[in-house]
Amino acid sequence: MNGSRAASLTVAWRFSALRVEGFPWIPTIILSTIALVAIFANVLAPYNPEVGVLGDRFRPPAWQAGGSEAHLLGTDHVGRDVLSRLIFGARVSMVVGFTAVIVAGILGTVLGILSGYLGGWVDQVIMRVTDTWLALPALTFAIFLAAVVGPSEMNIVIILGAVYWTRYARVIRGEVLSLRERDFVRLAIVAGCSKKTIMRRHILPNVLNSAIVLGTLMLGVVIVTEAALSFLGVGVPPPKPAWGLMLADGKKGLMAGYWWLTVLPGLCIMLMVLSANLLGDWLRVKLDPQLRQL
Amino acid sequence: MKRFIVKRLAYALVSLFLLSLTIFLFVRLTGDPAVLLVEPGASKDDLAAIHAQLGLDRPLWVQYGQFMSSLLRGDLGNSFYYRTPVLDLYLSRLPYSLLLAAAAMVFSLLVGIPSGILAAVRVNRWWDSVGKLFALLGLSLPSFWVGLVMILFFSVYLGWLPSSGSGSALHVIMPAFALGWYFAAAHMRLTRSSMLEVLGSEYVKLARLKGLPEALVIAKHAFKNALIPVLTLAGINLVIMVNVAVVVETVFAWPGVGRLLYEGIAFRDFPVVQATVLMGGAMIVVVNFFVDILYAVIDPRIRYER
Repeated sequence: MNGSRAASLTVAWRFSALRVEGFPWIPTIILSTIALVAIFANVLAPYNPEVGVLGDRFRPPAWQAGGSEAHLLGTDHVGRDVLSRLIFGARVSMVVGFTAVIVAGILGTVLGILSGYLGGWVDQVIMRVTDTWLALPALTFAIFLAAVVGPSEMNIVIILGAVYWTRYARVIRGEVLSLRERDFVRLAIVAGCSKKTIMRRHILPNVLNSAIVLGTLMLGVVIVTEAALSFLGVGVPPPKPAWGLMLADGKKGLMAGYWWLTVLPGLCIMLMVLSANLLGDWLRVKLDPQLRQL
Repeated sequence: MKRFIVKRLAYALVSLFLLSLTIFLFVRLTGDPAVLLVEPGASKDDLAAIHAQLGLDRPLWVQYGQFMSSLLRGDLGNSFYYRTPVLDLYLSRLPYSLLLAAAAMVFSLLVGIPSGILAAVRVNRWWDSVGKLFALLGLSLPSFWVGLVMILFFSVYLGWLPSSGSGSALHVIMPAFALGWYFAAAHMRLTRSSMLEVLGSEYVKLARLKGLPEALVIAKHAFKNALIPVLTLAGINLVIMVNVAVVVETVFAWPGVGRLLYEGIAFRDFPVVQATVLMGGAMIVVVNFFVDILYAVIDPRIRYER
């Protein structure tokens, strides 16, 4: 990040960036829609997502032969309404996705700042751990942790945070290394600020941009990982309506050609991840030119 | 150079140590490991026996010493489900994983390199945009969903390809595509940027000044040099593919190490889960070490970095 300009970045500047040409309207609209659907899930969903009517198993979507208006997007293997499950699934993805990104972000940013600013053995310890954890394939590591602590929504957030903080720590540390050589930090030292104050008041505000950009880019990764974990049976426990879990259930009707059970949840995941990636890419270019190579 | 290798070797060993420590501590600090290491539904007496056998009443560092010494002897424990040593099980599945990874790699290079070159040669034209879109889709579509949709089309509707299992060349096609899809996008991005860099270099300018036809400049002078970073990345990615194939192998019931990991979860076979994760991490640490050395051989500047 570039010093004096970065230092002068205020909240107002960040928002004025939204008016810059090429703002990714479509991804933003998609993400906001998913967020709204997640918030108002209990108003929007026509049925209880966790209770099915066994007599109504494998009903196709309304527009297909055999479908009915009662279940617009059909029903699954125990007769649960697919539309309702998709709507509540948005809530699971949003809650897990955002909290995991925030948990990983806070952890990674704090450790990255400590590592970069304090240097010495603190830096060595944090960076060696970061390297090792980065060497583990994220999904495999997450599966291992999930197998150890057992599946629950809360545990998934902790696991994803534990797996992904390393990405933040690496980038943030690199930025702190150059920030701490800059004049405003030196002046703060001369003025007698404690290390804690410098890190909190002078370093932290300057790495926030990068943390936000990384967080947006990480959102997509985290949502896919959550879906994969749920798909494998170590994520969100059934009968909760998570999109990954719906895909796992959809496998049961796959060979019979019940496409809606597989295609629809996957489309939801794709829309959300694609939007997060597009938004993250745009933010990266706008807020932080140095991160372009990431 | 010697100093560099020694330093990198030390880093790799520290990483392996931290890796084993991470696995060891997570299992012990998040609950009673005996519950994980004993078969589900075991009696109280069995649990007590396991406690004594594993020495779980002893201090942590003694336990870690034991854990490490059995690891170094190649003893990763026994599978509850298969009743055989986990290491044998792992090694018997590895060839399948390597086969799948190799097929996925061939696919990803066949797609990634030509499209990357085209994107670089026609930079900022429509082909470049198509390439960017393709790369974005590759990075955004979950591989297991790609796999499921392919089964739906090619197995269920068209009946062209077998939906699961292994045994013939036809079985490899869909899993290799689902796994290679993401990497094809990554290889395309790298080929594009690498080509762009080479195309701007002095010797390419010279080749053009000599009056060589553009096709020859690209194929003979630029392409060869642009390929080096791509092939290095491909080498690393081959190992990564073996270790991220869990979902794809699960979708297609492909009998590799990823499927082994899934079975480990499904049958609550914890020694299998632990071993698979350890082996995967160790493999990547070792490959990273060799890549670091390779880079230093190619580019001497790296040796003198702090």
